[in-house]
This record gives sequence, C-alpha cells and structure tokens, in this order.
Amino acid sequence: MAVDNKAISDKSCGYCCTKLVKLGVAFGQNRVLEDVNLHVHCGQFTAVIGPNGAGKTTLLKAILGEVPHTGHVHFIDSDGRRPDRPLLGYVPQKLEFDATAPVSVRDLFAGAAGRRPVWLGIGSSDRSRAKEALDTVKAGRLLDRKLGQLSGGELQRVLLAMAITPVPNLLLLDEPVSGVDLSGIELFYKMVSQLRRDYHLSIILVSHDLATVAQFADRIIFLNRTVIADGPPREVLSNQTVRQAFALPPEPALSFPEIRPEHKDGRGCISCNLEKNP
Amino acid sequence: MSLWYWLTGLLPFDWLSFAFMKQALLAVILVSYLFGLLGSQVINQQMAFFSDAIGHAALTGIAIGAIMGLADPTWAMVAFAGILALAISWLRRVSLTSADTVIGLFMAFAVALGIVILSRGGGFAKYSGYLVGDILSITPAEIRNLLILILAVTVLWILYFNQLMLISLNPSLARSRGIKVWLIEAMFSLAVAVVVTVSIKWVGLLVINSMLILPAAAARNISGNTRQYVWWSITISLASGMAGLIASYYLSTATGATIVLVSMGIFVITLGIKKLAWRI
Repeated sequence: MAVDNKAISDKSCGYCCTKLVKLGVAFGQNRVLEDVNLHVHCGQFTAVIGPNGAGKTTLLKAILGEVPHTGHVHFIDSDGRRPDRPLLGYVPQKLEFDATAPVSVRDLFAGAAGRRPVWLGIGSSDRSRAKEALDTVKAGRLLDRKLGQLSGGELQRVLLAMAITPVPNLLLLDEPVSGVDLSGIELFYKMVSQLRRDYHLSIILVSHDLATVAQFADRIIFLNRTVIADGPPREVLSNQTVRQAFALPPEPALSFPEIRPEHKDGRGCISCNLEKNP
Repeated sequence: MSLWYWLTGLLPFDWLSFAFMKQALLAVILVSYLFGLLGSQVINQQMAFFSDAIGHAALTGIAIGAIMGLADPTWAMVAFAGILALAISWLRRVSLTSADTVIGLFMAFAVALGIVILSRGGGFAKYSGYLVGDILSITPAEIRNLLILILAVTVLWILYFNQLMLISLNPSLARSRGIKVWLIEAMFSLAVAVVVTVSIKWVGLLVINSMLILPAAAARNISGNTRQYVWWSITISLASGMAGLIASYYLSTATGATIVLVSMGIFVITLGIKKLAWRI
C-alpha cells in the first residue's frame, strides 16, 4: 500500500482521504448519529442516501465542523500527514437567504475569495477569476446578476462554482439540486462529474434521487443514524434494507448502468494507507 | 477644528454663522457617514431590532452612570451596551429561542431597570433629554472622539466586510470558507452597540434606530450590488442628515427627528423608483 502512495505522486492530489472514526452527534437527548466510521478517498464520488431524519445533513455539518460531535474527523494527505484544516467546498441544500439582498454574483465571489472589501470595489483579477469559475459551470453570463434574480438551478451552479474556487480537497453537496428542474439536475451532475475528472476531487453527495445517484456516484452509503450499507451502487441498491426503506420492489427491477469508478484508473491516490494513519 | 471653522466660514449661509451650527454640521456629517456605513450591514444581518434594543438599553447605562455619580454617563452606557450586545449574541447562539424573543426580553428588562433606577424620587424628567437628543450641544472634544470612532469602524469595515457579507447570506456557507462566524458577529454587534450608545446623546433614543435603518433600507431599493448599496446608504444618510439639520434650524425642531423625517421621504421616493423599475 505504501508503495502505491509513492508511485502516485500526482500533484493534483496532495490530499488523500477523509476519515471519520466513531463519529457521533447528539442534539440534547436525541442521538442523530452514532458510531459512523467512513473513509472517503480522493477522486471518489460518494453518495449518502437514507430516510428523512437519518442524519445525512448532520453528517456533512459535522465534517464542516458546524455541529459539535464525538469521535474524530481526520483529513489525511498523501504523505500521511494531517493538515489541520483542508479546503472544503460546500453547496448547501437550499441557500436560505434574503432574496432582496443587494448582493450580486460577483460580490459573492469577490467576498469569498478576495481580500479587498467588496464595498470599496472589486479588482479586475477578482473579477476575471470569478468569470473563469462561472464559465466552468456555464454560468459566466450571471456575473452581474443579483442573487435574488437567479433561478434555483442557476443559483446552485453559482454555488458550485464558488465551492470549487479555489479547488477544495473535499466537496460536500447537500441535496444540491432540490427544487431544480430535470434538465438543470442533469446539467448540474454532468458538471460535478467533469470537475471530479479534471481536479480529481473527492465528493460527498447527500441525495434522495436514487436514479441520479446510481448513474453518477461510484459508491453509495446508506445511512440511518449509522452506516447500514456501504458499497458500489449495484450492491447497495440491491440490499433488502435499502430497498425497503425506499419502497422499491424486493428484486431489482430497475437496471442500473455499469459503473466504472474513475478513481481506479491509476491516477491520483488509489489508497491511503489507513492502517498507517489511524 | 479651526480648519473646519474657516472652511464653513467661506459658505454664504446664515445658518452657518453660529459656531454651534458649524460644530453641529460637522457632527451630523460624521454621524451620518457612520450610520450609513453601519446601517447597511445592520439590515443585511437582520439586526434592526437588535440595534433598537441596544438604543433602549442606554437608559440603564445612564442609570448606572447616575448611581456611580458620573457627570458624563457615556462610559457606563458603552460598557452596559457592550455587555448586553455580547449577551444577546451569545444567547442567540446557544438557545433555541428565536432571536426576536431573546432581544425583546432583554430590551424590556433593560428599559424597565433603567426607568426604575432613574425615576427614584421622581427625578426622571432630568434625563428626558436623552429621549430626544440634541446635536447642537456637541463639543469639539466629542467631535474628536467621534472621529476616532469613525476611523475604528472604517478599519473594521475594510478588514472584515467580506466575511460579514458572507455570514449575512448564509452562516453555514461562511463557515465552510473558514470564517469564524461567532467572532465576526460578536465584533459587529459590539461595533453597533458602541456607535449607537455614543450617538444617543445627540440623536435621541427614540429615533436613533430609524436613523440607522432608513438610509440603508432606501439604498436597498435602488442598488444592484453591494458596492452601490453601501455607497448609496452613506450618500442618503449624509443628504438627509444635512437637510434635516438645516430644516430643524429654521423650523426650531429636534434635529434627530427632523433627519428621520427627511430620510423617510427619501425612502418613499426610492420605493417609487423600485416599483417603476419593476414595471419597465
């Protein structure tokens, strides 16, 4: 395993894996998550599914450090070191914000990336960086729009562009396309897959949409307070517990396309030596 | 100060012939700029009620000052408002009660405590000046302090504005970008508390919050991005501040309240512009 790590010194993947150890979250008496153990590898598109109230969003918030949790969240780079704070990209479920807020897409980008205070004007380098990022998600023309004027799909694409500027170590997507029309959903996931190929991102996606998940993810985790099933989409989606939870017929009637996990193509980190990095 | 006297001496206005009006004009310009700048974020952070509560809490600050036998209760007011601001932002973080309720609770408590202490022996009338405020009473030393405050807030605005903007959009998003949300929020609450409390003497407790909120609310109607928003807010605040001061001189009315009426007028106009823009 250690040899693998050395052989693959792809610069785009200095970061290697995210490791959750015995993670638990409780709100008062209500235990939302317990004993969650997970390793998410670089370049892997992992989908988290589960019934309502299973703790999916809470899981992401625990990784973000937003809710207090027991257990550990480790971020490990390819040298086995643990950077304190990796860059996290986050696209929230639905950005709750005041739609009348006088904030343009450009303000959002410059505010998140640039040091110069937005009220004193936005520098041309910040502007072109924002334009570039928006172009990668085909949203360059939205640069000067107010956030409140964007459609659901446009806003999610803008947030995705923002989440990948600068390119993060780990991209967290929390039902990023709820309330977006079908073509918008398709476009969004195509972009995400493209980004994963280009930057070798690791992605954790929380979703309800089994068909999309089966099509795009290379690993599915069925979560209900803890990890119930974990594996490639075919395997997890033929699991009886999972099929019951989603009220699917007991035998897989739907045929899911064959998955070719791109992180196994020899590029980037195939593995992080988990035994060596407890 | 003498530079200001000389500069204003060049202007051919009767109302500027008095030294107190010259000082008042400078004070109005400074306070308006500060309020325009702060107000834009008070609205973004949906803290209009918070700043109102801080204004009312000044009563308790005055009362504490009176008990301690201070001739000028400003420091007692600032300290009390600061503690209250931090307490409110802490409670908002840890409790599940809605922010409105928490703030309302504190405001009622602070006002009641202040009135109880100040009205002992029937002496409340002595303090009623704080309710209306008097900008004409400002002294050169106070103007100097105001300048220092402006400098501090402007520096804060240059260093932390972007973070504040992201937090106002969505705290989770801000946190994912490594922003220490509670720290920035606490700092902002403190800045609002200090500015509101210091200015109460000149503007008056009853109208101070409108002076903070109205220019920014008007600017919101006509701004397409954040830079326009902040600068419109400052511009509208300055314009209504100066117009209000001049009007109050000729009408012999309370300056703070007159300024608020002018900014209300501007707000209605911007609302009309917004509606027109929608129709086109």
